[in-house]
Amino acid sequence: MTTPVPAAGPPLLEVRGIGKYFGSVIALKDVSTVVRAGEVTCVLGDNGAGKSTFIKLLSGVFQPDEGELVLNGEPVTFGTPRQSLDAGIATVFQDLAMIPLLAIWRNFFLGSEPTKGRGPFRRFDSDTAKRITRRELAAMGIDIRDPDQPVGTLSGGERQSVAIARAVHFGAKLLILDEPTSALGVKQAGVVLRYIVQARDRGLGVVFITHNPHHAYPVGDRFLLLKRGRSLGDFGKDEISLDELTRLMAGGAELEALGHELAREGGPAADVARALAADRDGATDPTDPTDPTDRSVGAPPAGARAAGPAPGGPADRR
Amino acid sequence: MTAVGAEAPIDERIARVGALRRLLLKPELGSLLGALVVFVFFAALSDVFRSGSGIANWLDPASTLGIVAVAVALLMIGGEFDLSAGVMVGTTGLTTGMLSTYYGWNLWAAIVTSLLLALAIGFANGYLVVRTGLPSFIITLGTFLMLQGLNLGVTKLVTDTVQVGAIEQTTGYEAARTIFASTVTVAGTSFQIAILWWLLATAVGSYVLLRTRFGNWTFAIGGDAPAARNVGVPARRTTITLFMTVSAAAWLVGTIQAVRLTSVQANTGIGLELTYIVAAVIGGCLLTGGYGSVIGASLGALIFGMTSQGIVYAGWDADWFRFFLGAMLLLAVLANQFVRRYAEQTRR
Repeated sequence: MTTPVPAAGPPLLEVRGIGKYFGSVIALKDVSTVVRAGEVTCVLGDNGAGKSTFIKLLSGVFQPDEGELVLNGEPVTFGTPRQSLDAGIATVFQDLAMIPLLAIWRNFFLGSEPTKGRGPFRRFDSDTAKRITRRELAAMGIDIRDPDQPVGTLSGGERQSVAIARAVHFGAKLLILDEPTSALGVKQAGVVLRYIVQARDRGLGVVFITHNPHHAYPVGDRFLLLKRGRSLGDFGKDEISLDELTRLMAGGAELEALGHELAREGGPAADVARALAADRDGATDPTDPTDPTDRSVGAPPAGARAAGPAPGGPADRR
Repeated sequence: MTAVGAEAPIDERIARVGALRRLLLKPELGSLLGALVVFVFFAALSDVFRSGSGIANWLDPASTLGIVAVAVALLMIGGEFDLSAGVMVGTTGLTTGMLSTYYGWNLWAAIVTSLLLALAIGFANGYLVVRTGLPSFIITLGTFLMLQGLNLGVTKLVTDTVQVGAIEQTTGYEAARTIFASTVTVAGTSFQIAILWWLLATAVGSYVLLRTRFGNWTFAIGGDAPAARNVGVPARRTTITLFMTVSAAAWLVGTIQAVRLTSVQANTGIGLELTYIVAAVIGGCLLTGGYGSVIGASLGALIFGMTSQGIVYAGWDADWFRFFLGAMLLLAVLANQFVRRYAEQTRR
């Protein structure tokens, strides 16, 4: 597994030592990564790791207090979401930025409605909007029954797909997806992952925010791990294995320490400890703990095992 | 529900149900049925109700209610309330009256000035709501009470009474009367020109809501303001514009009534703010925003007009009017609740 050879020239987006404070709270500090066209950069972290702050900095909702964003080799600042959008960065927010009671075609063009006529007769060109909505969704492999349907009647996966199709249609060069798979079932998540790959193959740079390494690893080319506002490391796919990623993500060291503590007490607690360990890293033998240090940047991967971590482990849940 | 070829037959079945669902989801459907039922009911009870002059009689209160209800519906779809809409009818009428009679202004200058005042109040309402993020219910309740006090206080201060009169003696009155308070004779019955203003307001309001970018933004900020902002909708500007629209509608009705009656009472419009909201809700507007219809709000106002006059024609005690309206409101809210659940349910 190797990182695809990067194209010549500067990466699409480079994040250099970015930081954000809210009063005395350090929401994000010294985080760096790169996003290239035709690649997926995954941002992983548990709740409160700073993932949301990170994307809000990229999408212009917040402005960084330190560090810089370099777009196509040039430093940029985004004062508003609109400026970020105009620069070709489209964000699909966790809440999808879709209005449940509004028809699909109205949602699709929300904020960028096509118009016809002039002066006081400039109006929302609904025919064009409906036609393009249908065509763009079909191009993503989504066959909507009726563009007049309220978005609220779509399934979670369909809504994600509409949001991604919308971003692609509006000429996004960089697509930021905020936990697109977190609220979805296994099958629906697979559908969304396929759209991510499709967007990547169209030459878009994708930033995929998730807390699930099993969703990130198959589609990602780079992995930025965040924890409590700091970077745990920024890895190419050849630098880290799924197991290592899972271990880092699941807070492996803390769980291990807890496991040992419970095991020493014996009795039912020891059973809990064994279950905990098994749950944590699937096939790993609980009596053979892996490297307990938290800082594993550059550490050798924990070794690829034939049997991957058990599905339904802590990393699979919210 | 994935949409792949193999499931096409299932899709088609869903599409048929979808057509029925779409009809049910028309927000004005309930108010249209309601208006028909009310009309048939009173027309059966009273000959006068269905005569030309009877129709002109119940269209008149419907029109002055409807003009503001249309604007209030737009604002409610945008997710906000304006409790000062009713009292602003009085404020604008009193301003026009006082400037033209006690200060001797040309009536037209007074009318334009009170429009500017109304727009300023609307802007202040909207600005406070978007800047503070407080519920518009509270902000405009404040405006409502302040204007109520000002209407009485300033009127007493200037005129030593609680009304402004003799507007017909001002310069420019005849032209103003033609535009705001004349009658149009159709088939031997004279109708107030306010009815035309009402139809115009409904047509423009509905067009703006359904056929313009502004209308799309209105739905969006009422449905989910942060989400709308995230995709680049100028939410604050939209909200402020909606508040100013309500003020302008209140000004139009204030002007119509001042010119028609040639005098304005200092307590004009108090209590109407809730009537506008009720008309909008009967017309299908959700109290939570993001859904509703301008035409529905107009039909809600029509139901009001028909009921208030119909009860008189039927020879009943006018007290029944309130009971009837309360019942209509409850029915409408229950129907809306059902519709909303139907529209928002997800098929995962």
